Amino acid sequence: MATTAEGFDAHHDYGHDAHDHADHKPGFFARWFMSTNHKDIGTMYLIFAIIAGIVGGAISGIMRVELAEPGIQYLQWWAQFMGGANDINTALHMWNVFITAHGLIMVFFMVMPAMIGGFGNWFVPLMIGAPDMAFPRMNNVSFWLTVAGFFSLLFSLFVPGGTGPGAGTGWTVYAPLSTSGSVGPAVDFAIFSLHLSGAGSILGATNFITTIFNMRAPGMTLHKMPLFVWSVLVTAFLLLLALPVLAAAITMLLTDRNFGTTFFNPAGGGDPVLYQHLFWFFGHPEVYIMILPGFGMISQIIATFSKKPVFGYLGMAYAMVAIGVVGFIVWAHHMYTVGLDVNTKMYFTAATMVIAVPTGVKIFSWIATMWGGSLSFKSPMVWSMGFIFLFTVGGVTGVVLANGGIDDNLHDTYYVVAHFHYVLSMGAVFSMFAGFYYWFPKMSGRMHSELLSHIHFWTFFVGVNVIFFPQHFLGMQGMPRRYPDYAEAFTFWHQVSTYGYYIMAGSMIFFFVNIAYALLAGKKAAANPWGEGATTLEWTLPSPPPYHQFETLPVITDSMDYHDHRPATA
Amino acid sequence: MATLPPVSDDAARRNLRTGALAFTGALAMLGLGYASVPLYRLFCQVTGFGGTTMQATESDAARAATLATGRQISIRFDGTSAMGMPWTFRPVQATDTVTIGERDIATYTARNDSDQPITGMATFNVTPEQAGKYFNKIQCFCFTEQTLQPGQEVTMPVLYFVDPAMLDDPNMAGVEQITLSYTFHRAKDPVNPAASGIN
Repeated sequence: MATTAEGFDAHHDYGHDAHDHADHKPGFFARWFMSTNHKDIGTMYLIFAIIAGIVGGAISGIMRVELAEPGIQYLQWWAQFMGGANDINTALHMWNVFITAHGLIMVFFMVMPAMIGGFGNWFVPLMIGAPDMAFPRMNNVSFWLTVAGFFSLLFSLFVPGGTGPGAGTGWTVYAPLSTSGSVGPAVDFAIFSLHLSGAGSILGATNFITTIFNMRAPGMTLHKMPLFVWSVLVTAFLLLLALPVLAAAITMLLTDRNFGTTFFNPAGGGDPVLYQHLFWFFGHPEVYIMILPGFGMISQIIATFSKKPVFGYLGMAYAMVAIGVVGFIVWAHHMYTVGLDVNTKMYFTAATMVIAVPTGVKIFSWIATMWGGSLSFKSPMVWSMGFIFLFTVGGVTGVVLANGGIDDNLHDTYYVVAHFHYVLSMGAVFSMFAGFYYWFPKMSGRMHSELLSHIHFWTFFVGVNVIFFPQHFLGMQGMPRRYPDYAEAFTFWHQVSTYGYYIMAGSMIFFFVNIAYALLAGKKAAANPWGEGATTLEWTLPSPPPYHQFETLPVITDSMDYHDHRPATA
Repeated sequence: MATLPPVSDDAARRNLRTGALAFTGALAMLGLGYASVPLYRLFCQVTGFGGTTMQATESDAARAATLATGRQISIRFDGTSAMGMPWTFRPVQATDTVTIGERDIATYTARNDSDQPITGMATFNVTPEQAGKYFNKIQCFCFTEQTLQPGQEVTMPVLYFVDPAMLDDPNMAGVEQITLSYTFHRAKDPVNPAASGIN
């Protein structure tokens, strides 16, 4: 507190004089359903992401339990439960529906809403000293489009999708399985769900770009922005350039399905491989969309709890820009086995490996930030350090898979599943928990229990590693992904993996108990509960911040270099 | 309605301009997504990418024949009917050995096993993919739609040659056999259903 207050006299005066006015909130319905307030919308995004995460996580539980032993155990029951026929084909279709729903929910309705909608909405305006987002009403539209998309996806589970209820196409929705292979409206509803959430994200990206370019407080130059704001800016550009391509591809799918076009149907001169190119032109930037805001959060947190400026600020910012740019020209490494010629594979292998360079810059800069710092192992910090370790493991297997030749062997095996869960369900999710514990006191005004969050960390860390590390072995031994059944030789590591799921699921109890504890009985949070290392603008406001902040804009002077974490008194 | 923080007219205009610019970028990418369909087809036809075979004229064939060195290559033929296509479709000869540069003819037979006239369209591909740009077809039943009456059986010829330029391509080193594969699909919208059975 003491270290940050001096430069913000204007704000603090205003805080005392006009507190009542600034904190005036509308009634319940108007506040939550017609919300134009970036903090309220951020809160709604976070709650939405947690609910979607519970649904998506429960589905992965169904899958892990089924995979605990060879043979089909529970799928038939689930097929009937969902209103399907009692036969083996419907049961197997149910499996495809589960993997599809798990993937789509986790990508579009858990990670993206939490990272960009939740933390982005909450903290981008606060960190750049803006009163709100540039287009507050459009912000509201973005949120409700995402919710509508989620309901469209859930609805698809209950209508016919070909062999049984639900869309069983995988999150990639490849043709021809998604066109001639799936009759019935389920796939149409799943595609519509992507349209809705995609439209919401494009509007959101427009909003973030405008906010960050036009609404920074006086003195907050681009090169003084906190790294989290940089990460959201790069992410917004990726969204803006990648999502419309997905929209085009899935619209072609829709017309192929319903209006007799043949974009992806060879009988009419189309090519199903074109769909894969279009999908992955979106899909690869999408994986950076899911991790870049996490990079931003980790940078803030590591610097805060090392009580040091982040090492190599400009390198960190432009590494994210580089990852974003190169992310657009590596898409075909997801489709090495469609019959690319050797030179094409060579290019995509080399280009993919180039991404390891800016990513390495970030990893080493985080380590260098900690080096010689005054570390305090608060909950956000342990999650961040867990992130660095696990993301690096996922990055190493990523470099392995980048090789076109090796990928011929590992394509569509559990090795790939292990790889992308290390970078997403450990990388992205660890960064989200880090961000959650870092900003929860700011958002709620209450302190969570450090003990519970540490227990949550350690049990979750053990759980996810027990789930996913054995999947490397399964993949290298040839276990293909997307199958509910397997040869008996794979049983042992599948069983271990399922035990890991139980540990992980159990650890989530500590998370929810912790939230409940904090909201009901948590200590009141100070404006800056993390001490002198936390120097960005959000910590100059009370916890929780007033309903409207910065009506008098803060002025950022040279002596207050936020990214640089130089104490204001220097 | 929740109150919005006050924004000056100037700032609002600036925001609107930036927002519109960003949104235009998104629209341009949407257009690019659609433009990729013809661009992709053009790209494949020009480069023979992914095993797209080339279409050649008689004069191309005559020029290629002058470059023939007498080297031979084995061609394997493959034919399948797509799902829901009630035709029996197969090559007459499984393999053939041709002189590189010289034109040759291969034949397929197709029989309509259903009790109604069906119009079909064949798609084609060669493997290995890098051979696509050297495999030239002068005449092919796959260039047009084919209609068969119930039970009718026809012989379908392909007139082709292998471009001698392949001998100079390091990517083709070691390729001793090229497989030509056709798949017959039910035509989506027969060009002239009334003409059934005429050809």
